[in-house]
Amino acid sequence: MTARQIMTADEIRRALVRISHEVVERHGGTADLALVGVQRRGVPLATRLALDIAEHEGVTVPVGALDITFYRDDLSLVAHQPIVKGTDLPFDPNGLTLVIVDDVLYTGRTVRAAMDALMDFGRPRAIRLAVLIDRGHRELPIRADHVGKNVPTSREEVIRVHLLEVDGDDQVEIDRLGAEVALA
Amino acid sequence: MSLSADPQAPPISSGAEPATDALVDRGWRHRHLLDVAGLDEPDLDLVMRTADEMRGILARPIPKVPALRGISVTILFYEASTRTRVSFEVAAKNLSADVVNIAAASSSVAKGESLIDTVRTVEALGADVLVMRHGRSGASDLAARVFSGHVVNGGDGWHAHPTQALLDLYTLRDHLPDGDLHGRKIVIVGDILHSRVARSNIWSLTTAGADLWLCGPATLLRGFEPLAAALPASRRLTVTTSIDAALAGADAVMALRLQQERMSGGLLPSLREYAARYQLNAARMVGAAPDAIVLHPGPMNEGVEIASDLAAGGRSVITEQVANGVAVRMAVLYLLTGGRTTETADG
Repeated sequence: MTARQIMTADEIRRALVRISHEVVERHGGTADLALVGVQRRGVPLATRLALDIAEHEGVTVPVGALDITFYRDDLSLVAHQPIVKGTDLPFDPNGLTLVIVDDVLYTGRTVRAAMDALMDFGRPRAIRLAVLIDRGHRELPIRADHVGKNVPTSREEVIRVHLLEVDGDDQVEIDRLGAEVALA
Repeated sequence: MSLSADPQAPPISSGAEPATDALVDRGWRHRHLLDVAGLDEPDLDLVMRTADEMRGILARPIPKVPALRGISVTILFYEASTRTRVSFEVAAKNLSADVVNIAAASSSVAKGESLIDTVRTVEALGADVLVMRHGRSGASDLAARVFSGHVVNGGDGWHAHPTQALLDLYTLRDHLPDGDLHGRKIVIVGDILHSRVARSNIWSLTTAGADLWLCGPATLLRGFEPLAAALPASRRLTVTTSIDAALAGADAVMALRLQQERMSGGLLPSLREYAARYQLNAARMVGAAPDAIVLHPGPMNEGVEIASDLAAGGRSVITEQVANGVAVRMAVLYLLTGGRTTETADG
């Protein structure tokens, strides 16, 4: 195995606690604030951020789930249509500050698609971006407002984020792009 | 085994048997949608779940997503239709596809162009998806042999109407507890013989585990009893001429249109006698489950196969079927148009 661990469960937890403080500080409180997790691993991350915020602010901010499948710009390139996981925004985004939460920021195309999708639901006052890992190689003029860990990578490497809710354990690994080249 | 009392009908395979394992999260594997007989339970489940998402899009202030941008959908109908044709058109437009409509009556078909030449022409004009309705059974299979893109059967002769079967399944799942059809008694009443809707529903509903009953006059059930006898035990299909036996304890009842344009050779004594013996009405529905729902694929002959008050009443989900048809067709168009080259990694 060439996989190397770059974040432990504790490091993920601390990064999320820090981001939860940053989000509230940047927004100046929790009023009119909502978190939007990008399917799939962004959703549990957003839920954890909301729990952290509830712990230190005593306020539960709403959490939504966003499936960006229909907004991807590479649908004509993929071999099979991706399975749709579901969008659920339990709030009216008009006038809110929305924080998009995702596990890895790479080309920026997912975030572009997420912003397009959110705009179809209304006109948020602002959209911000929080990611657990920023691995560089942007193809669009997009940056994150809150980053758990910056990881310099080459394009031949893959970042694997494991989350308890999805994968059964908490850790982040980096690996050489090998046989699983076809897996997004 | 063949369903064909219809001399035009191609033989129909027995289809995939229901999966015994838990539903697997696999992708869509079919290039065309010509029939439902080839869809197994995970396939049906994938269409249903995708249609759920599409219904979410339909509920938005602006019911449009860019998923099929740049995809050209040509709708080629050789038979009259309102709801199916418009439903496909709305579905394609909601996904941002480009839509071309061809009514065969006003096209070069009227000058004698063959089906294959028409399909080749449509392809040369850039169509990626061909949605086709034709009066001959097997016409869409023929089109799929020459078309390089994806063919969706919008109804062919007596053979199949897969998107109708899928929207019926979607509507039934919506109304039955936990969306589960296993062991539920579902009845199709009426002109089974001429019905591509019934032929498609037989596969999708028995695959989904329903206890399916077909009911009508013996002349309109010809060939279906041997079919029921030949099916494996995992597919529950009962054929009867007794409407009271069919409706007893039914969870859902679908009336079929009496296809007067296809009636010949004394299949029925008269419409009045048919209505007297087989019309779906409130008095007959007393035998069904108290919360049983009523479906009809449309267009209806009210007062013939279904009573007007029942069609418009609280048990009727007929207008829901039409609305669900758009979501289901969006799901089908989306799933079929999966790509050409390899998947790219994205972040």
